[in-house]
Amino acid sequence: MAAYLVRRALLLALSLAVSSVALFVLLRVLPGDPANALLDVGATARQAAAARHELGTDLPLSQQFGGWLRDLARLDLGRSLVSSLPVTSEIAGRLGVTVPLTVLAFLLAALIAVPTGFLIALRRGTWYGTLLAGVSQLGLAVPVFWVGMLLVTVFALRLRWLPAGGFPAEDWAAPAAALTSLLLPVVTIALVMAASLTRYVHSAALDVLDSDYLRTARALGAPLRAALWRHGLRGVAAPVVPILAIELASTFLGAVVVENVFALPGLGSMLVRAFAQHDYPVIQGVLTLSTATVLTIGFVADTAQRLIDPRLRRTAAGTSA
Amino acid sequence: MRSRALVAGCVLLGGVVAIALVSALWTPYDPGDTSGGRLEPPGPEHWLGTDRLGRDLLTQLMIGARVALSIGAGAVALGGALGLLAGLAAGFAVRWLDDVMAVALDVLIAFPTLLLAMLVIAARRGSLLSAVTAIGLAMTAVVARPARQQVKRVLAQDYVTAARTSGTSWPGIVAGHVLPNIWPALAVNLALQLGRAVLAEAGLSYLGLGPPPPNASWGHMLREAQTTVLVAPGDVVAPGLLLVLLVIGANLVADGVREVADPLLRGRW
Repeated sequence: MAAYLVRRALLLALSLAVSSVALFVLLRVLPGDPANALLDVGATARQAAAARHELGTDLPLSQQFGGWLRDLARLDLGRSLVSSLPVTSEIAGRLGVTVPLTVLAFLLAALIAVPTGFLIALRRGTWYGTLLAGVSQLGLAVPVFWVGMLLVTVFALRLRWLPAGGFPAEDWAAPAAALTSLLLPVVTIALVMAASLTRYVHSAALDVLDSDYLRTARALGAPLRAALWRHGLRGVAAPVVPILAIELASTFLGAVVVENVFALPGLGSMLVRAFAQHDYPVIQGVLTLSTATVLTIGFVADTAQRLIDPRLRRTAAGTSA
Repeated sequence: MRSRALVAGCVLLGGVVAIALVSALWTPYDPGDTSGGRLEPPGPEHWLGTDRLGRDLLTQLMIGARVALSIGAGAVALGGALGLLAGLAAGFAVRWLDDVMAVALDVLIAFPTLLLAMLVIAARRGSLLSAVTAIGLAMTAVVARPARQQVKRVLAQDYVTAARTSGTSWPGIVAGHVLPNIWPALAVNLALQLGRAVLAEAGLSYLGLGPPPPNASWGHMLREAQTTVLVAPGDVVAPGLLLVLLVIGANLVADGVREVADPLLRGRW
């Protein structure tokens, strides 16, 4: 296990390094001069050169990258070209929306998907097993922003039960209002995420139900419920945990899109605005954070999977082989 | 046909393809024609009504089918070809190169499609081609990683060793043994990816990063319709519904191919 942890941690470090270089290079080869964001229409060449100097984009790429890494180590992601505020503090201000949105949606999705997946597997062949399977098949095909739009139309615009969008200006100082504004977005993301998660839980549950060890437990006289509780959950958890991690990452991405449906001031709407305004430091900051988060979640999931499933510990590499 | 899923999927997918083909030859109105009243309800003039610029909704929807399918198919062709090549290369490569590629694929897969696509589009401005490039490139790792595993599995078989010892060349082994054995899994994956690509394009267009007008993308239509949803709810429902039908069609085709290729998996999805 220790050797595995070291190996997997090295892979994580390598992935983080590769992705940060890739992000840096990709953003630097983009056409369009970030300096233009600082300039008024009709600026002279000298003003443009001064702006480039101020941004540091007149330096060689390697020097720019070195400087960026040094700043990153101090958690300094530069300043927004548009608002001139430090990117780090802008991001921090928006995590209060995106993190609760992602976590709540993820929890709700798991709460829906795990029992549903089991139920479909246990009730295969019955009409409501088929119905549930159909509904989750539908969920796989629905764009998350469309679900959001439909829910807004029904629950906010027609029934007027919930706000159509926005977030209280007091932030979490007004917890009830904040939670109310997050309710529809959370349900939107959770419904769509639950569909794909159900599919994996269902598949894992079928494997367990058809497994020799469960049959043995049943043959020894254990009732199905007890046998599932004792042996089944672990068998389902092993394949599902890494999937949960991937789902957590896609929940975050769902949040990026859905924040735009509900006009929520989170990372997603910040990223989309930055793309529209060619605000490169903000794009780079948000993407660096997102990629690092996704990679770290993968690391935690792989490790958790080995803790759950002792069979994996006997094989040598086990990560990508 | 041995699979109901395959039949249903082909019907749905075929329906959207038919709409797209018809739109290439005929649409009720010119896509840029804004002569209709604004936000008209469905009627004899405009069967599905008009949008807020007075454009015919049916025309926009038909052209949207063409945009969705060309981006979806283009992205699958690009991502599938690159992914298969990378998978084959890694499968055949010497140990250390294969390890490097495996790590590279792990890193690439951690880059979510949407973020990667946003990056490419930021570099190239929104156009039909850049949407295809963006989604196709993002798809490459998703195709390559399972392909690599399957290639390795086939290459480890005794019949490949036998073919090698009897003098079959590497291209001969790829054509004679590897591709025939991995194609069902590859086809299933590509069909699923078609649905994903269509959804990704809709998401990008919804965020305003898709191909510019007059490419009436469904995602873009939804973005426009959001502001007028109370007056013209049909503008929100119709593009979304077509989108869902197309993606379900692609997913069902994937299920169907899997069932036909491996009858043991019947009932799984």
